[in-house]
Amino acid sequence: MAVQSVQPSEGPELVQLLTPEGERVEHPDYSIDLTEDEYRELYRDLVLVRRIDTEATALQRQGELGLWASLLGQEAAQVGAGRALTGGDFAFPTYREHGVAYCKGVDPVTLLGLFRGVNQGGWNPHDKGFQLYTIVIGSQTLHATGYAMGLQRDGADGAVMAFFGDGASSQGDVNEAFVWSSVFQAPVVFFCQNNQWAISEPLERQSRIPLYERAKGFGFPGVRVDGNDVLAVLAVSRAALERAREGSGPTLVEAYTYRMGPHTTSDDPTRYRLAAELETWKLKDPIERMKAYLSRTGMADHDYFAEVDTAADELAAHIRAGCLALDDPDPITLFDNVYAGGSTLLDEEREQLAAYLGSFEGAH
Amino acid sequence: MAGSTLTLGKALNEGLRKALEDDPKVLIMGEDVGRLGGVFRVTDGLQKDFGEDRVIDTPLAESGIVGTAVGLAIRGFRPVCEIQFDGFVFPAFDQIVSQVAKMHYRSAGNVKLPITIRIPFGGGIGAVEHHSESPESYFCHTPGLKVVSCSNPVDAYWMIQQAIASDDPIVFFEPKRRYWDKAEVDPSAGAPRSLWDAEVVRAGSEVTLLTYGPSVKVCLEAAAAAETEGRDIEVVDLRSLSPIDWKTVIASVRKTQHAIVVSEAPVYASLASEIAARISEKCFYELESPVLRVCGFSTPYPTSRIEEDYLPDLDRILDAVDRSLAF
Ligand SMILES: Cc1ncc(C[n+]2csc(CCOP(=O)(O)OP(=O)(O)O)c2C)c(N)n1
Ligand SMILES: [Mg+2]
Repeated sequence: MAVQSVQPSEGPELVQLLTPEGERVEHPDYSIDLTEDEYRELYRDLVLVRRIDTEATALQRQGELGLWASLLGQEAAQVGAGRALTGGDFAFPTYREHGVAYCKGVDPVTLLGLFRGVNQGGWNPHDKGFQLYTIVIGSQTLHATGYAMGLQRDGADGAVMAFFGDGASSQGDVNEAFVWSSVFQAPVVFFCQNNQWAISEPLERQSRIPLYERAKGFGFPGVRVDGNDVLAVLAVSRAALERAREGSGPTLVEAYTYRMGPHTTSDDPTRYRLAAELETWKLKDPIERMKAYLSRTGMADHDYFAEVDTAADELAAHIRAGCLALDDPDPITLFDNVYAGGSTLLDEEREQLAAYLGSFEGAH
Repeated sequence: MAGSTLTLGKALNEGLRKALEDDPKVLIMGEDVGRLGGVFRVTDGLQKDFGEDRVIDTPLAESGIVGTAVGLAIRGFRPVCEIQFDGFVFPAFDQIVSQVAKMHYRSAGNVKLPITIRIPFGGGIGAVEHHSESPESYFCHTPGLKVVSCSNPVDAYWMIQQAIASDDPIVFFEPKRRYWDKAEVDPSAGAPRSLWDAEVVRAGSEVTLLTYGPSVKVCLEAAAAAETEGRDIEVVDLRSLSPIDWKTVIASVRKTQHAIVVSEAPVYASLASEIAARISEKCFYELESPVLRVCGFSTPYPTSRIEEDYLPDLDRILDAVDRSLAF
């Protein structure tokens, strides 16, 4: 019962403003017009975000992190979406949205606690409009929808962006989020990074139609964008967020991209996919095409690229130092924050553990 | 076939292979169970040998995995569902407790659902949240489900086959941090005992440790350590968590007159609580001390850097042994 792919890898429906070779092209529905500084900044974002990822991967290999979920290859999808978000917008990420976090102003060190095993996220989502990472696949799409319904009821200006993957598109929660947001015209953008894989399962295991086409059946528009083209992702995301803000309801954005690394540092992709596939996608690298564009147009030169690399080195050093400074928590804190109002049960268990731990003191 | 040394994970793999060979109606379904062979490689090679119709990589939806297993079972198949990690069973919770558990009852016995739901469970592997939980009490609390857990490769090999052969739905908990433990498994020897029997894995006279899954090894280590201090501890591997082999449990506790239940699950309103209550009822006159529970605290599973303080370990078990005997 072989499943055939019905998804053309690229086609007329794919919104693209920058080709893999770094040439600007026009699209009938989406356009972008940035200042030279803004183009350069996007390149800088892409490079810095990749550097966050490579440094974290290195930290995992050296035993400083228990696990890391790499975003390698998805930088343009995340920077394009992240830079489309404005101050009043709220993001609901999975576990891979390090680039979105960066764009929202979250210090990358903040993300490392979960992967180092010293906390379970622990940041305040309200600080930067960036919810905790969600590991249970799909749950956050409903949270995003509910938050958007709240914005609606408060008469607030912002919109919400819900991040999820191609695999997640099969979950009941995601489909319920589509129903809810559509029925209530909630100001939410569903941003699906279709990186072609859900661990070892290819896209065809989740859908026989292109994912963006699913939106139609739920009653809102869907659009497929070249997820490795930061300009197109920015343009499409801005339009979708604008649509949400003006009260026209949800949009599904399918960012067509590729997970260039393993699923996480625990995964071995050689067991289920061919190296040739990665080689094809390397030719569509999101950073290379932006660099080619900047060079070709003369918007940036060698000095600028060198300056960005230096900034990346500095960021990497900051991440490393910050990671090493994340100490193990005191065991007694495992009772903290289980409840907002405390609990007599936990007070008792805390006392028991304290007495038990205390019984070893002096024994050494 | 002569015996060979297998890891617990490989023993499960061999048991699943045997089940697929023995009964053409057995199916395996779950996320990444096919080409990848599962994230713990428990289904490694099975899709290659039995085909995509029998070893099914499903879409990413646990409710879908269990819900479609119900339909397949109604049609006469014996689905073996893999839930990738303990913390991801909850999207399927509704299907399991409202549908799987009750179908036989509601149909007046006309519909059997011989579904096995495999769940790698428990902590101690340094994982991120949702990957180290012990949710067995929810399922033990649900009438209509049977719940078992293996603790070693020999049981893994036989119990998975017995579970698949059972006409009742079974939630099968696999101790994930023991997947790499090794033992000699001899398929020609025949199943050493029924799926529903507890096993006295170490005989002793002074205290009974009642445990299952990943904690069996910890209890055996605690008993060995206590022996050097002259203590004689009995360890019972429950194996079946619902129903429980009360005969074996009660015989042991009547003998030792001291009982301690050891489990990683949060202690409050847990399976360990049920065991303690039952023993108090059945062994009231023999008990020399209250039944103690050495379990996880009543908190979410903590972050990995302090999980050792959460999990019942040798010291906490021995501390309970001292308290029980000093009572
Ligand atoms: C409910 C649930 N089931 C299973 C898992 C295990 N798991 C983690 S990531 C993943 C694949 C996700 O694929 P996709 O949605 O495409 O996101 P990607 O990892 O590719 O970014 C799976 C099955 C989980 N985290 N949550
Ligand atoms: Mg994916």
